[in-house]
Amino acid sequence: MTGVIYVVQGILAVAVLLALYRAVLGPSLLDRVLALDVVLAIIGAALVLTMIVNHHTDHLILLVVISLIGFIGSVAVARFITERG
Amino acid sequence: MSRQKFSLVTDVPLILWLTFVWGALWQDFGAGTLIFGLVIAFVVVNFFYLPPVGLSGRFNILAFLSFSAGFLVDLVTASVEVFWLAVTRGPALRNAVVAVRLRSHSDLIVTATGHATSLIPGSLVVEVDRATSTLYLHCLNVSTEEDAEAMRATVRKSEAAFIRIMGTKEELAELRAEGSVS
Amino acid sequence: MLSDVVVSILLIGGALMSLAAGIGLVRFPDLLSRMHAATKPQVLGLLLFLLALALETGSWPLIPLLVLCWLFQLLTTPVSAHMVGRAGYRTRHLRRDLLTIDELDDVVACAVVEVDRQAPPHEADPVEGREDHDRRGGVDH
Repeated sequence: MTGVIYVVQGILAVAVLLALYRAVLGPSLLDRVLALDVVLAIIGAALVLTMIVNHHTDHLILLVVISLIGFIGSVAVARFITERG
Repeated sequence: MSRQKFSLVTDVPLILWLTFVWGALWQDFGAGTLIFGLVIAFVVVNFFYLPPVGLSGRFNILAFLSFSAGFLVDLVTASVEVFWLAVTRGPALRNAVVAVRLRSHSDLIVTATGHATSLIPGSLVVEVDRATSTLYLHCLNVSTEEDAEAMRATVRKSEAAFIRIMGTKEELAELRAEGSVS
Repeated sequence: MLSDVVVSILLIGGALMSLAAGIGLVRFPDLLSRMHAATKPQVLGLLLFLLALALETGSWPLIPLLVLCWLFQLLTTPVSAHMVGRAGYRTRHLRRDLLTIDELDDVVACAVVEVDRQAPPHEADPVEGREDHDRRGGVDH
């Protein structure tokens, strides 16, 4: 099980680096929003992982909040860009 | 801010749903939590009201279950497909924007179809034309007219599933008539 | 023991979905195809992770919250993807040379011609606004 945890951590780290690469490089603002949305999703995954490792469920509420904040954030930026043209 | 009138079909499912959310957030479904949640749901529904959703009043649970199973399979296929395309095709990908004309004019059905479409393999809603209920989809890895036609058929199939789940009787009759003709 | 194996498989599957999103973000050529990569694997990845958590803790009062968590994700991800995609299409952030078919562009072009004929040209995007929808009612496709 410990080995699996390490593997999962490694995969998540690679994924978050790839997403951050796009967020830094991303030619447009929308690319960055998209990439940061993925970063948020990976943070959520990492939260679940810590809960599994430490056998508690205290961070679940954070997961709900994170997904809602990600939603509101990307919708707000998308609307802003549409309005501004 | 006052409401016009209390509608049983629209408000009761919403209040029940909000009560469920309240209980789930407290991770406790005891009587006290539920009653307090019910009060809060009632207040929320009456003071922060949204434009009413046009529910048809029927809900076919069997059709819903069979659709959910198919949807989960589609979700897995979609994710694996994206992974596969990202690894093998990458920058050489060719896409298309395809218009799909839906049968239903109910906002709820169009929205649900758009949602499902965004999660089934290879498509994403870019624009919605509400007047003609047309979805404009961005399709991954589509280069010929046949591929586009297959995509249209898939979307119309998931719309048919939603009509079977919660469409009005008229839409259902239309769907049946169409099925017997073709 | 068996549950450990299942939890491991679910975790690795979920992590691979995050990796799919990452690879897709980096390798796909334009905004709209990147959006596919950002949307679909996220929903499945979260589902797998939450299933792993449910199996690991195995407590019943937790299940509704997990369901709620996933439902929120399921309902919000397509909406935000649609908003981003719409903004991208309207502000011309997509690369047209990568599109083989573009039926929305045909409609927009028709609408622009029609608007020009009926009224003096204005700045507004032809897709925006209800009166444009009505005016486009005759356009069949």
